[in-house]
Amino acid sequence: MDQQEDRIAVASPGRVRAARRLHPVPIRIMHWINAAAMLIMITSGWGIYDDDVIIRGFHFGQFWRLGDWAAWSLNWHFAGMWFLAINGLVYLIYGFASGRFREKLLPIRPAEVVQTVVDTLQFKIAHEDITVYNAVQKLLYIVVISAGIAQVVTGLAIWKPVQFSGLVALLGGFQMARVLHFAGMAVIVGFVIVHVALALLVPRTLWAMVAGGPRLTPRAATEGSRRP
Amino acid sequence: MKSLFRPNEIADASILDDHRPLLRSLERRGLFRGGLSLGALAMLTGCDVKRPASIEAALLGISRFNDDVQALLFDPNKLAPTYPASMILRPPKFNAYYDVVDVKPVNGATWRLELSGRIADKQPWTLQDLQAMPQTSIVIKHICVEGWSYIGGWTGVRLRTFLERVGADLRAKYVAFKTTDNYPSSIDMASALHPQTLLALQYGGETLADPFGYPVRLRTAVKLGYKNPKWVTAIEVTNTYPGGYWESRGFPWFAGL
Repeated sequence: MDQQEDRIAVASPGRVRAARRLHPVPIRIMHWINAAAMLIMITSGWGIYDDDVIIRGFHFGQFWRLGDWAAWSLNWHFAGMWFLAINGLVYLIYGFASGRFREKLLPIRPAEVVQTVVDTLQFKIAHEDITVYNAVQKLLYIVVISAGIAQVVTGLAIWKPVQFSGLVALLGGFQMARVLHFAGMAVIVGFVIVHVALALLVPRTLWAMVAGGPRLTPRAATEGSRRP
Repeated sequence: MKSLFRPNEIADASILDDHRPLLRSLERRGLFRGGLSLGALAMLTGCDVKRPASIEAALLGISRFNDDVQALLFDPNKLAPTYPASMILRPPKFNAYYDVVDVKPVNGATWRLELSGRIADKQPWTLQDLQAMPQTSIVIKHICVEGWSYIGGWTGVRLRTFLERVGADLRAKYVAFKTTDNYPSSIDMASALHPQTLLALQYGGETLADPFGYPVRLRTAVKLGYKNPKWVTAIEVTNTYPGGYWESRGFPWFAGL
């Protein structure tokens, strides 16, 4: 039990329930299901990719591939897709319905993005308060959530190009859908590298995604755009 | 000090003597079983550790579930996009589980199509018989499970027309194919009855070339490439799951587009 919680309890004696944590239980569960599903989808996707490469001469080595050959990479991919898509759908519904997306990811001001990039390049990365995302973090989370949605859409087009022939045409044809599916993977992998590196640099954030992180004061819970 | 695990009363040793033959047979069975396990383990060493049996079984279970989902997603009236004849790739792309130089050409004059299973008229068909049937032409995309694709133009007898003519049970589950290159294959009845599923005799307006299945191959717009057996010699209509060449090696069975 941390001191902050006691203070809140004293400040608002009428409330029986303790203030919610930075990452509520559903978010933590969905985060780790997504992490596992993404790992399966990305590495099995590399196995499928290797059978007919998009970039000539560029293969993923056996070490990086899930599934010892194409059939099993494909089976992993078609199993993982259910976990990724269903978990992702529940996450989106939860994010919108609970107000978490609005609270955590909005608003994004271009000036703030520029300032954060400049600060970061000068190694002035502020992380005293892990409950508030800076403008670049907000932008990256929106990009990666969008990329996740895009992967399901382009994946559906590749999986069922006749049943969803309209979608395939919209994406610019079957081969273009494959390229977009590959590009979406590259965006997500790029995000994962930065995301994991920063989580390891600031281990508190990693632990917060396991234990829930600090309890939010009513101010922090409502005032998403607050910057230190 | 007395062990916690030792019973207070020692069992009568004569019981052992009474049941000695049974005990000995149990020991023998254990040895036999151990030998089997060791043999299995030895065989596994040539295999990879990445795919334990339990994971393989789980993945195949999900794959069968996906077959059912795909059957639900399949719209029998949804047509695959078609293309102008000018876009036909000539010659088509060859693909099989062996190299093109290993193709064994089939003699069209002596070729017969055998019929079996839930079919009323099981008389074998000749190439002339098939050529005398109404012919349909489609220009469709061939999509391989590997990812590549090309546009091809196919002419032949609609499988639906053929199945109706021979009095096949159209409510059966599967239509299975045998080929001269030992590439068994099978598709669901709904896909077999789709208007873009042909017993193809021609490519690009000309008789099929040897590497592409002369005299008769299956060509369906609603399945991945590996569901299109070449050099078809037998068709069976059945309710028993027939499987297929790649399916028995782990690939999904339904493979619908």
